[in-house]
Amino acid sequence: MSAPVPAPSVAPAGLALDVAALRAEFPVLRQRVHGKPLVFLDSAASAQKPQVVIDAERRCYEEYYANIHRGVHKLSQLSTEAYEGAREDVRRFIGAASTKEVIFTRGTTESINLVAQAWGRKNVGPGDEVLITALEHHSNIVPWQMLCEERHAKLKVAPIDDRGVVILEEFEKQLSVRTKMCAFSHVSNALGTVNPVKQMTAMAKKRGAVVLVDGAQAMPRIPLDVQDVGCDFYAFSGHKAYGPSGIGVLWGRRELLQAMPPWQGGGDMILSVSFGKTLYNELPYKFEAGTPNIAGGIALGAAIRWLESKGMERILAHEDAVLRYGTQQLLKVPGLTLVGTSPEKAGVLSFVLAGIHPHDIGQVLDAEGVAIRTGHHCAQPVMDRFGIPATARASLGVYNTNEDLDALVRALGKVREMFG
Amino acid sequence: MSDLRELYQEVILDHTKKPRNKRVIADATGQSHGVNPLCGDKATVYVKVEDGRVVDVSFDGQGCSISTASASMMTEAVRGKTAAEVETLFERFHALVTAPSDQAGQNAAPELGKLAVFSGVCEFPVRVKCASLPWHTLKAALTGDDAVSTE
Ligand SMILES: Cc1ncc(COP(=O)(O)O)c(C=O)c1O
Repeated sequence: MSAPVPAPSVAPAGLALDVAALRAEFPVLRQRVHGKPLVFLDSAASAQKPQVVIDAERRCYEEYYANIHRGVHKLSQLSTEAYEGAREDVRRFIGAASTKEVIFTRGTTESINLVAQAWGRKNVGPGDEVLITALEHHSNIVPWQMLCEERHAKLKVAPIDDRGVVILEEFEKQLSVRTKMCAFSHVSNALGTVNPVKQMTAMAKKRGAVVLVDGAQAMPRIPLDVQDVGCDFYAFSGHKAYGPSGIGVLWGRRELLQAMPPWQGGGDMILSVSFGKTLYNELPYKFEAGTPNIAGGIALGAAIRWLESKGMERILAHEDAVLRYGTQQLLKVPGLTLVGTSPEKAGVLSFVLAGIHPHDIGQVLDAEGVAIRTGHHCAQPVMDRFGIPATARASLGVYNTNEDLDALVRALGKVREMFG
Repeated sequence: MSDLRELYQEVILDHTKKPRNKRVIADATGQSHGVNPLCGDKATVYVKVEDGRVVDVSFDGQGCSISTASASMMTEAVRGKTAAEVETLFERFHALVTAPSDQAGQNAAPELGKLAVFSGVCEFPVRVKCASLPWHTLKAALTGDDAVSTE
């Protein structure tokens, strides 16, 4: 049996994305919902999976599945090879220096909690500060709140303006020599704002802070080079990047990871155990206790190679064009207000309709086959900032087209018919 | 599929657009604040009880059509009732909106009266909380709890 992982294929430069062909790679998009063709506009919550990702997971279970890192037998070797191959896929995709810096987790949430606990407990003390921004997802708020409470440190929040843009002067002012950690998202899931992460990282580093970037929304949309960004930690989830749920990544700088105590204890994270003393394993295994999501990791590798085969530059260009088209069309809908109007935006169209609750919008759209998300999008402070309880959010995946946005606008007409 | 018109019946849309008893009762004997964290709905329910009966009841807040209409129709349904009667009515209402969807509306208790228009809710499980939030909040206002959450 040959190695289960094919070599990565690189997208031909220049050509635009063939979206019709690409859509055909997603079995789930072929269906009708309530008798209408499915228009899936909820990829910021979780993206659909192309056939190659589904096949990678299925092939793992059908052909070579076994536990990794411990067997001398053939299947264990093949599984280990494929799983570690996926780690190399991640390393290459994000521009990391070494696979030792690529830690598999359950997802963004777990990645951030790992840093808040393993790094934070050791490095944040009474009187220290953690700086975040006002547009964070709850998973980049609560772990820091918990840390600050435990360590008697202070959580500070850099404000955003009425467009949903982080006010950089305020951000810079809030940084001080006491700022031990500065954590912010690359792209906001509630507003779509793309933060100037390189600039923000430079500002924070000048004050000596360690920087974590929440890349959950950015990683599947924007070409990434973590070394160019200059941050210390970068977190993302497989399921938003056309891969499986239950697998994600924490990338961290080697020196920092090396100096951190392990997070969870168990199998795989040790070199030797006796009741007197345990020697911890080397990176990245020190942070990977227990049997991981093996097939999920392998399928994440497949998702990454799929993204590379399409070309991140082309994906970005396509999504940006659809986002611009959607913005124009939505602004023509009477009574509609976009929430989040940053000039730098990706993936997300959050909006409210005068006099109509987002929940009702979502319900009527569903009956039209249009899937969007309604609610606070795990970003209640963002809703409070705009003085609204919730928004309706249409979010893009690489498979969305202008026609999907037309269908959304038509369906919004039905909403207005019913509630207008 | 369950038709949207089953959910958004005319009576419900009417109460959404023109909610009844949406006001504050200054001399309320009880009030409570309810939130549905899922959709950000907030409702405050005010009650005035005299001689063991609800003589006035109102609500205020922000909510989707289902929770607004439910609050509005609830205020009309419970006036004149004792706390025990309100509790029974809530039980009937809850059974209505949580019925198995293939039995939607089949076993609506007669005392529900107009509230039977909420029978379509059971086909939309995520909306059950919207419909029941005002009731939970009223129950809390009657028993002296000042806050409830559907979570
Ligand atoms: C910006 C952002 N951060 C973090 C998360 C949490 O990701 P996960 O639920 O995969 O851990 C999300 C997902 O909604 C997100 O959009």
